[in-house]
Amino acid sequence: MEHLFDIFVKSIFIDNMIFAYFLGMCSYLAVSKTVKTSMGLGLAVTFVLTITVPVDYLLQNYLLKAGALSWLGPRFADVDLSFLSFIMFIAVIASMVQLVEMIVEKYTPALYNSLGIFLPLIAVNCAILGGSLFMQERDYQSVAEATSFGLGSGIGWLLAIIGMAAIREKIRYSDVPKPLRGLGITFIITGLMGIAFMSFMGIKL
Amino acid sequence: MSEKEPLFSSKNLKLITDPLNTNNPITVQVLGICSALAITVKLEPAIVMALSVMAVLVVANVVISLLRKSIPPRIRIIVQLVVIASMVILVDQVLKAFAYDVSKQLSVFVGLIITNCILMGRLEAFAMANKPWPSFLDAIGNASGYGLILIIVAFFRELLGSGTLFDYPVLEKIGLYKTGYENNGLMILPPMALITIGIIIWVQRSKNRELIEEK
Repeated sequence: MEHLFDIFVKSIFIDNMIFAYFLGMCSYLAVSKTVKTSMGLGLAVTFVLTITVPVDYLLQNYLLKAGALSWLGPRFADVDLSFLSFIMFIAVIASMVQLVEMIVEKYTPALYNSLGIFLPLIAVNCAILGGSLFMQERDYQSVAEATSFGLGSGIGWLLAIIGMAAIREKIRYSDVPKPLRGLGITFIITGLMGIAFMSFMGIKL
Repeated sequence: MSEKEPLFSSKNLKLITDPLNTNNPITVQVLGICSALAITVKLEPAIVMALSVMAVLVVANVVISLLRKSIPPRIRIIVQLVVIASMVILVDQVLKAFAYDVSKQLSVFVGLIITNCILMGRLEAFAMANKPWPSFLDAIGNASGYGLILIIVAFFRELLGSGTLFDYPVLEKIGLYKTGYENNGLMILPPMALITIGIIIWVQRSKNRELIEEK
């Protein structure tokens, strides 16, 4: 249990998707104009990450990894399909997003309306594919670990985009040098927030 | 390729030159930032990344442009993703075979070319509506615009952060350390990539005032 909690906290603060790896920057920059919409997008990303990382984990361990097919019989024991992982992961993500979209539309129309266009866009959000690729690279030991990594990364992303949106709502009233307005200042603020988040690096987990 | 138009007409040349400055994919269109920043600590991985993106973008743009009339609009995103993903697998395998060290440094970011917004953005906005030759030029232009920013950022980060260029100790050779200069360790850390790009945008927009955003 403690171990899972470590992974969870680590993926929120220390290995934050945005501040440490710049994943999902495109939608992060485009959508962080108001707190309300960024909350919606952040929740959707968290949701999809929590589902896709464990699913891709299972795929990776029972289908793609070297020797993963040995459950089919000894003949398959040395098959290595890991070069297919990109295409498999992106297919899983695209179909999962579609599935999640349909389920949310059917059972919680209110949430569906507030997420709106963001749900389908998540399929091409780098944070989601990044989550699966990091899971593959770091070689987590169980589905539980992969899930807590997915959930933690999602929450980290949510935290970052809400923080950014709150700052951008305030910055509208300040006197930013003209050429820096909009995109420029957003980059610099993200950098400063990243420096602040780096103070978590000292935590040993 | 049309008979009426020469291969490098001024319109076609603009496809290459525009993305380098006034329509730069990173600083103006805000595409492809996701996988760009983490690999700009040193020049070498940045250049390899820029070349990989160029290879994928050129092939994908031309292929989609050739297929543009036979792709049903409803499933075009999936078709585009499949073309991109197969190209990225190729690039990844080539890098693993011939440049293993760099491929290790780039880690997951080669795979993340798939979700690099420049690719989807250019395929959707350009290749789906244009002939193969302009699409080819558009791909070259946009990939160079992307590479240009990557190389500028990596240049400053490597020079100021580690005091080297392509791992060659430039600052040590000119004897700067003897005068009491020290490397700025902050430049190696991720947040400085963002701030560097912020400054590039600042410089670009003060030179080119029509890019300034009205609130």
